[in-house]
Amino acid sequence: MTARHHFPAGLVLEARKRTTAAQPIVAGEPVGRVLLALDQGTGSVLEPVVAVGATVARGTVVARPVDAFGAVLHASVSGRVTAIDLREASTETGECPCIEIESDDRDAREPSLPSAVEFATLDPAALVEQLREAGIAGLGGAGFPTATKLCAGRERGARVLLLDGAECEPWICCDDALMRAQAEGVWTGAAVLSHALGGDTCIVAVEDDKPEAIAALRAALPDARRADWSVAVVPAVYPQGAERQLISAVLGVEVPAGGLPADAGVTCQNVATAAAVAHWARTGDPLTTRVVTVTGSGVARPTNVRARLGTPVAALVAAAGGYRDAPLRLIAGGNMMGRALATDAVGLTKAINCIFVATEADLEGRLHARELPCIRCGDCARVCSVGLLPQQIHRAVLARDDTASVRFGVRDCIDCGCCDYVCPSQIPLAWRFREARRHLQEREQATRRASAARTRYERRERRLREAEAARQQSFEAARAAARLATGAPGTPRPAAGGSGDGAREPGGSSSGERP
Amino acid sequence: MRFDTSPAPHVIAGYTVPRVMFQVLLALLPVGIVQVALFGPGLLLQLAVACVAALACEAAALAMRQRDALPALRDGSVLVTAFLLAFSVTPLLPWWLTALGTAFAVLLGKHVFGGLGQNPFNPAMVGYAVLLVSFPVEMTRWPVPLDATGAGDWNSLARLTLRCFYGGPVPAGEWDVYTGATALDSIRNGLELRYTMGELLARGDTVGLLGARGFEWINVAALAGGLYLLARGIVRWHIPAAVLGGLLLPALVAHALDPGAGLGPLAHAFSGATMLGAFFIATDPVSAATSDLGRLWYGAGIGVLVWTIRSWGGYPDGFAFAVLLMNLAAPLLDRYTMPRIHGRPRG
Amino acid sequence: MSAEVWLACAVAAALAATCGFALGWAASRLPPATDRLVDRIDALLPQTQCGQCLYPGCRPYAAAIASGEADIDRCPPGGEATVRALAVLLDREPKPVDPAHGPDKGLVVAWIDEQRCIGCARCLPACPVDAIVGAHRYAHTVIAEQCTGCERCLAPCPVDCIEVRPVPQLATLKRWPRAA
Repeated sequence: MTARHHFPAGLVLEARKRTTAAQPIVAGEPVGRVLLALDQGTGSVLEPVVAVGATVARGTVVARPVDAFGAVLHASVSGRVTAIDLREASTETGECPCIEIESDDRDAREPSLPSAVEFATLDPAALVEQLREAGIAGLGGAGFPTATKLCAGRERGARVLLLDGAECEPWICCDDALMRAQAEGVWTGAAVLSHALGGDTCIVAVEDDKPEAIAALRAALPDARRADWSVAVVPAVYPQGAERQLISAVLGVEVPAGGLPADAGVTCQNVATAAAVAHWARTGDPLTTRVVTVTGSGVARPTNVRARLGTPVAALVAAAGGYRDAPLRLIAGGNMMGRALATDAVGLTKAINCIFVATEADLEGRLHARELPCIRCGDCARVCSVGLLPQQIHRAVLARDDTASVRFGVRDCIDCGCCDYVCPSQIPLAWRFREARRHLQEREQATRRASAARTRYERRERRLREAEAARQQSFEAARAAARLATGAPGTPRPAAGGSGDGAREPGGSSSGERP
Repeated sequence: MRFDTSPAPHVIAGYTVPRVMFQVLLALLPVGIVQVALFGPGLLLQLAVACVAALACEAAALAMRQRDALPALRDGSVLVTAFLLAFSVTPLLPWWLTALGTAFAVLLGKHVFGGLGQNPFNPAMVGYAVLLVSFPVEMTRWPVPLDATGAGDWNSLARLTLRCFYGGPVPAGEWDVYTGATALDSIRNGLELRYTMGELLARGDTVGLLGARGFEWINVAALAGGLYLLARGIVRWHIPAAVLGGLLLPALVAHALDPGAGLGPLAHAFSGATMLGAFFIATDPVSAATSDLGRLWYGAGIGVLVWTIRSWGGYPDGFAFAVLLMNLAAPLLDRYTMPRIHGRPRG
Repeated sequence: MSAEVWLACAVAAALAATCGFALGWAASRLPPATDRLVDRIDALLPQTQCGQCLYPGCRPYAAAIASGEADIDRCPPGGEATVRALAVLLDREPKPVDPAHGPDKGLVVAWIDEQRCIGCARCLPACPVDAIVGAHRYAHTVIAEQCTGCERCLAPCPVDCIEVRPVPQLATLKRWPRAA
């Protein structure tokens, strides 16, 4: 099935990955030390469940999530935990708490793990819980916990499984290599995920510039499932692989703004995630390795490496032949959405799908970009993959007009960077919009705090007023009782002022009557 | 090993504002050549004055605003304004008027609003409109084109041009030979005097092969330049197509109803500032509408207004006013033609 | 004067009268919501209840703005964003926050040093949002999530055991540097 390009615009970019993808996946060398970040890319920081000095085996649980946005983290090597502290990591802030494990080179497997999982016999809800315990998370770059996504899918009846093999961003080709080498694994993973969702339909979407992967998948498709499972070929337009855009292209439905793909009846998973699920079903191993592309003009032999989580990026670069020329930037991801890392001591996470060592040539003029004012040329709107008007959003953001920026869709922006790429005034649009979204989040938090404070203030004022009123009443009652007790027969004398503060009046004979 | 960190995306397409501006100047080259050949070297003098005045005004304005002058001067946008103004005014304009118009364009049309990207009106048209309204005589004094039916020669016209440029006296005889009303002007006057189009066309000095005598070739050159810009992706088809559509469709209908009452669509297309306006002036991105549908309405509005002014208005060619009026409407058009955001319902 | 001039005057007068009546009717039938203006202003204030505006709380300040007694630039915790929002609501020009009302301290919360707290309970009534818990002769503590940083508890404490500390937000953590 060939799908049409159903989302607005986008860009056709130079792929820069054909030769890299053609090479076999290299098995990563054993490493002496791994650094497991407790923020695996979702922003949710995990809680460690081991202490410094503990002995762990490959597959031992070392950290657990505190909310539904984190996934269970397992040790990827056997050895000893040597440190749990703040280290440089590939997170937004540049650092997060990390667990450092010194390997004992024995690669012992955690004995409590099962050796295989009969997933077909499991109840779907129980299967989802086992996937949660296995730490399976999205390997397409977001690291979102698969179990959480499956739960949402089950709740909303999203039974169509869409496996994302589009891999639209330039330089990244780990999914391509995986699909060529492990096509059966992808379909096995599809079977597991479909069983968990309780659905039958599964579509694997691949861009049309990956003919070998398409052929491998079609060849490995089990005959029994040909009725419900298929491979969809989509045009190689960036950002085809973004969830909403892919669903639009393959299925022709739009995910509502502010909603989830599950609201459109679709559960979307990356093909590498499906392969990891298959690996778990076959061997019982939790998620401890991933395929990562190490590429760029700054490495000697660009290739795809299957490496353990927590492997320092320096070791990955070494597996690709080491640095070459004058590497300028170390980017976790591709050239459009990747995050620049400050150091190669950072450990591999579930969300890093590519290590792109960029030289000046790879950065294609970005270094010399000088920002000019917006000339309203409209090129940004022409390429926006969500149909937004980036120049209007930019104007609203510069004016700090939060209402306008939300109305023009700063929250609908998927951060693909297409507008930024084409802007002739070289305005850093993607970065501005990220900052704007952060600012909106902070303002919403501030508003929530203010509302809570206002409620507490008003309750306090009411409590004080009621306490004052009660105090007045009891004082009046006591004075009335005292008057009766002494039996003073005098007529009530009108008191000056008339309000009942007759504390100055002796003998309680009278005070202004309260109306 | 440590690295430089910067936000994504890490690549850029490489279109820059100076590159866009210089492509526009390049596309004006054929128009310039034709204009010099047909109307004498006045254009070159106007260009010189306008460019110098524009750069000087821009530098002064930036200094007053306490901004860095050099990057702004290098981006070429003020040169485009100067070029468009120089191409729009008559080659016989005295130098101080050109300088005045440019100063108005750059200072009042651009920097008062905040500089590059902030002007709600097309700066060149602001300057042109100020000059046209304030100095109607000087602004409507065009040379008679040096084509086959003309009586003059290029060198004499050049000398006359120079004398006008410096504001010196001109012998009356030479004046009549070399200057006259533009073709659109004489057609309008003729129609007011109740001549029919047929009679005016028969006189032979108003309409040439395609359109207005002399100006038709300028329009052809502008069309060529405009198509070059389209091919390079510097301008998109929406505004030029809408301007031409808005101008030619009413002209077609009116001409079909009464051929004697005005020019036909082909003549309209190749007279006056039609092609220059459609491809170079109306397409100024800063003052135009931004969404595609908005641009279609914007261009159509300009076209219809030009046709209206040419048919019934007091000025022979109303391009400047049409553009300025539609600049007023651009924010409204933007507001009501926002494209639908993926995932949101329509409206 | 000729008949045409009289006619012109009459037409102009009639137009003016019609417009005048229409505006007057609109003004009487569509009044501004002055009764809810105080609520709308209060909704834009940060509810710190600190008193830096020289009113005893955010609501009294909102009432003062609504009655025209106070200007909109007196709230440092609200900062520029609040002034802008108020300016938009009231259709006025925004202006910088008046520095005479103190600096914007950012997001701070009070913290009681429990080692030094003597349990006198004088800070409890001072807190406008009841964010301090404690009983007589027991150590008190501030509920950080509910503290607005107004600093009204600092003065009553006889042993000066309360201090304000900034709240670490994403905004203050290490950030990616700006693009060159």
